[in-house]
Amino acid sequence: MDQRHLPEHPDFLWSNPEPKKSYDVIIIGGGGHGIATAYYLAKNHGITNVAVLEKGWLAGGNMARNTTIIRSNYLWDESAAIYEHSLKLWEGLEEELGYNMFFSQRGVMNLAHTLQDVRESVRRVEANRLNGIDAEWIDPKQVKELCPIININDDIRYPVMGGTYQPRAGIAKHDWVAWGYARRASELGVDLIQNCEVTGFVKDGNKITGVKTTRGTINAGKVALAAAGHTSVLADMAGFRVPIQSHPLQALVSELHEIIHPTVVMSNHVHVYVSQAHKGELVMGAGVDTFNGYGQRGSFHVIEHQMSAAVELFPAFARAHLLRTWGGIVDVTMDASPIMGKTPVDNMYINCGWGTGGFKGVPGAGWAYAHTIANDSAHETNSAFGLERFETGALIDEHGAAAVAH
Amino acid sequence: MLIIECPFCGPRNETEFHYGGQAHVAYPEDPYALSDKEWAEYLFYRENPKGEYAERWSHSAGCRKWFNAIRDTRTYEISATYKAGESRPTSTSAGA
Repeated sequence: MDQRHLPEHPDFLWSNPEPKKSYDVIIIGGGGHGIATAYYLAKNHGITNVAVLEKGWLAGGNMARNTTIIRSNYLWDESAAIYEHSLKLWEGLEEELGYNMFFSQRGVMNLAHTLQDVRESVRRVEANRLNGIDAEWIDPKQVKELCPIININDDIRYPVMGGTYQPRAGIAKHDWVAWGYARRASELGVDLIQNCEVTGFVKDGNKITGVKTTRGTINAGKVALAAAGHTSVLADMAGFRVPIQSHPLQALVSELHEIIHPTVVMSNHVHVYVSQAHKGELVMGAGVDTFNGYGQRGSFHVIEHQMSAAVELFPAFARAHLLRTWGGIVDVTMDASPIMGKTPVDNMYINCGWGTGGFKGVPGAGWAYAHTIANDSAHETNSAFGLERFETGALIDEHGAAAVAH
Repeated sequence: MLIIECPFCGPRNETEFHYGGQAHVAYPEDPYALSDKEWAEYLFYRENPKGEYAERWSHSAGCRKWFNAIRDTRTYEISATYKAGESRPTSTSAGA
């Protein structure tokens, strides 16, 4: 797409209605997942009497705090199915929503720095191909061709021994993704309600019937959680537990630079991931802070660690200035895979546990979650991701392919 | 960076420590009696409060001993640390 232009001012993209007394579906969380779910509920299932409740401003939580990387090169079949479904939706999303998102399929490489990394990476490439996902193993010379500023010398502690490469992967402009979905959802009749914090739930026996908020009690036929880091807090109010731990995850950007970094580079071993935003900032992230936290800030030593990795991989970064750092709260499960499905409370649904990878999942998760809510049963792409897997032991261990230590 | 007071060594930088998650999670007394649901709760379910949290830390670059801390997950302020095996001190702050 060549004729890019700035999007309309967000104030004019959706209406800001007062909450009604009652909705067929209330979605809690006005981030990417919540808004996309509302959109697909309306578009795919004709359910338009829907409210999305957001305690702050629309898409101002993790949606505004992530590093915008989109890929589907996960190891296990279950993950491949949902992330690849998501990537296919990403590929048609600008056209579908009629909105520029700067979706850029510039490719993502995941570097290998040890022999074990190499073996694990090659295994993942083969697993991806079996699942119809574009993936290739590239040697250090090919790494250098794709991203010329990478240091592939072998005299550093963890030299680049190659990497996996997914050409269809890339980045998108996160705010515009949210606004694009919000505009269409609003047009289809969804109420996007900001500054509306959930403070409790109304139940009839084991059935959820309403939501208590800072703007009054709102009745609901169904209630769907899409609140990322705060799912435990909400589940606690609703009377059940989730196997989730909330951690701060930091990201940061440099000042603007000429376009020097043509693809997305991730390294799980030395632990940094970098892309260059369209405007020119280097966008970087690494692992979570190990401790639980809701403070939307993290520890300086985590940044120090990722910067040392970045400078070793990209010596040119040594003179770059760090402009801004921030933290998001990611909800992490023991198997590094999301939870999506029904809850122990009737008519209440859960979508959480995306950990550090929620942004790429926005279209696919929204699609599957809308199906789950509309039909009271899982879509084929999220049937393996229910809460019950922690009891049956059918875990989906994606710590390797999650690429971020958590 | 947090400054964490090891009960054995005194205050040290966070980088000397390893995080161990929720404290006071006892191994089941009779593991053979547990249902799948109870096993799931023991293995995968931990508290995740927005507020005071009793958690484990190991002074891995120091005395290498495990101990417990009470930390507020909103502010990250640590109000108490105490040795493993000691009971959780009574809360002095407003809590969650």
